[in-house]
Amino acid sequence: MSERILLSARELDFYYGTAQALRKICLDVPQGRVTALIGPSGCGKSTFLRCMNRMNDLIPGARAEGSLTFHGREIYGRGRDVTQLRRQIGMVFQKPNLFPMSIYDNVAYGPRLHGVRRREALDETVERSLRAAAIWEEVKNRLRRPALGLSGGQQQRLCIARALAVEPEVLLLDEATSALDPISAARIEALLGELKSRYTLVLVTHNMQQAARVSDRTAFFLNGELVEAGPTDRLFSMPRDRRTEEYLTGRFG
Amino acid sequence: MLRRRIRSALARGLLWLGALAVAALLLSVAGYVCVRGLPGLSWQFLTGQESALRGTEGILPAVVNTLFVIMVSLAVVLPVGVGAAVYLTEYAGSRRLVGVIDFAAGVLSGIPSILYAMLGVLLFCDRLGLRRTLLAGSMTLAIMTLPTVLRTTRESLRAAPASYREGALGLGAGKWPMIRSVVLPASVDGVVTGCILAAGRVVGETAVLLYTAGLSTAMQDFSGLRAAARASGATLSTVLYVYAKERADFTAAFAVATVLLAVAALLNAAAAAAGRRLRRV
Repeated sequence: MSERILLSARELDFYYGTAQALRKICLDVPQGRVTALIGPSGCGKSTFLRCMNRMNDLIPGARAEGSLTFHGREIYGRGRDVTQLRRQIGMVFQKPNLFPMSIYDNVAYGPRLHGVRRREALDETVERSLRAAAIWEEVKNRLRRPALGLSGGQQQRLCIARALAVEPEVLLLDEATSALDPISAARIEALLGELKSRYTLVLVTHNMQQAARVSDRTAFFLNGELVEAGPTDRLFSMPRDRRTEEYLTGRFG
Repeated sequence: MLRRRIRSALARGLLWLGALAVAALLLSVAGYVCVRGLPGLSWQFLTGQESALRGTEGILPAVVNTLFVIMVSLAVVLPVGVGAAVYLTEYAGSRRLVGVIDFAAGVLSGIPSILYAMLGVLLFCDRLGLRRTLLAGSMTLAIMTLPTVLRTTRESLRAAPASYREGALGLGAGKWPMIRSVVLPASVDGVVTGCILAAGRVVGETAVLLYTAGLSTAMQDFSGLRAAARASGATLSTVLYVYAKERADFTAAFAVATVLLAVAALLNAAAAAAGRRLRRV
């Protein structure tokens, strides 16, 4: 079966000022799959993730060379509409970063931003997104209450709902469970399992069990290079590169 | 060992003395003003007007003028100051330019207000033909308080959590929608604090208004825009000058001083409360 490639990196280099963070990355992200990026701290996996929706643009002196495409179009191409790109490629951050507004307004933030004004349409989007993020039942009676009153795990699911409300094709998750307690993290993982039927997910994680449980494909980064990528089952059972094996068996990390 | 302990005790004693001196000075000034001022204060004094014919005294015109000056100067300085702060903090590309402007704002907030008075006289009263009016005074005060508003707004914009920015941008917000919807609301405490501090400076400012706003103690006509633009008179701080210096009526002067003291205390309390309240949200 041939998979459709949604995101594709070819010889992608990335620099923060003079420091090179990524070297010649070549990686394909297939549509409708979960791709996990693993590797030790500072290996470049988060940088790579943040290239996909150009969140790195915020850092002065950051620049990319080589090719990174989404639907075959260069993400760093001249004249690329970054806000449009970020609508299509949503992101969930390590720490829940809800706005100091009500639960409803947080989820409605994206749709409102993109011009949805009608009350019924907003209500519907908010409910659908909250249901998709498996948090509707918990918050449906307090949509007008401040979002920051929720627990950490609930906040993170609300962040996912907020990202889903703009109807992205891809959802990037940057260590989205690492700041949560194990039970909340498990709920998010279960949620990712449900989301993968409708979205393409790319997640960065420090937790190898999580990568093994959730993802279809895994890519192992080390010192800014992509060491090895492949189907998760194969990579975890028969790593081809010695460094992958050493990392997976906990010889370094 | 012993010497170190003596030195430490000595330092503590000196610091304590310093703190005591500050408190004592403050309380004695406030106390003295109140003791001399309270006898002259009455409801009639606060809400009445001066009339040689009827033999009445009163500072209502000065109160109204003060409110007018506060409102007009804030209405001018707020959009300009907050707008400039947003530009400098969020948009300006040239770090050197931002540095120069920050430095200039720092200097401007420290120079004696008599310089602003000169500027006001030359620019607003003469060149722009406003003459000696409350409007000219308000415009001059708007310039004078600009650095304060600029700085407090800038500080609170910088303190807005990066996570809000990332969250908004990650959802596809453009720069201005992000600023308007999450950064500015998160910085509103700084804006409000800046406003109150500016109002405090406006209430306390004398030199500028002495030269630009007139000294009339009669009630002005604020019935229309045109009339209000021509209104010219003394505010609380300049009426204090009039009473003390020109008429040597110290009972009235101290009564006005007491009112000013109360207003200043109120504004400071408001600034503190606003800071606390807004930061909690």
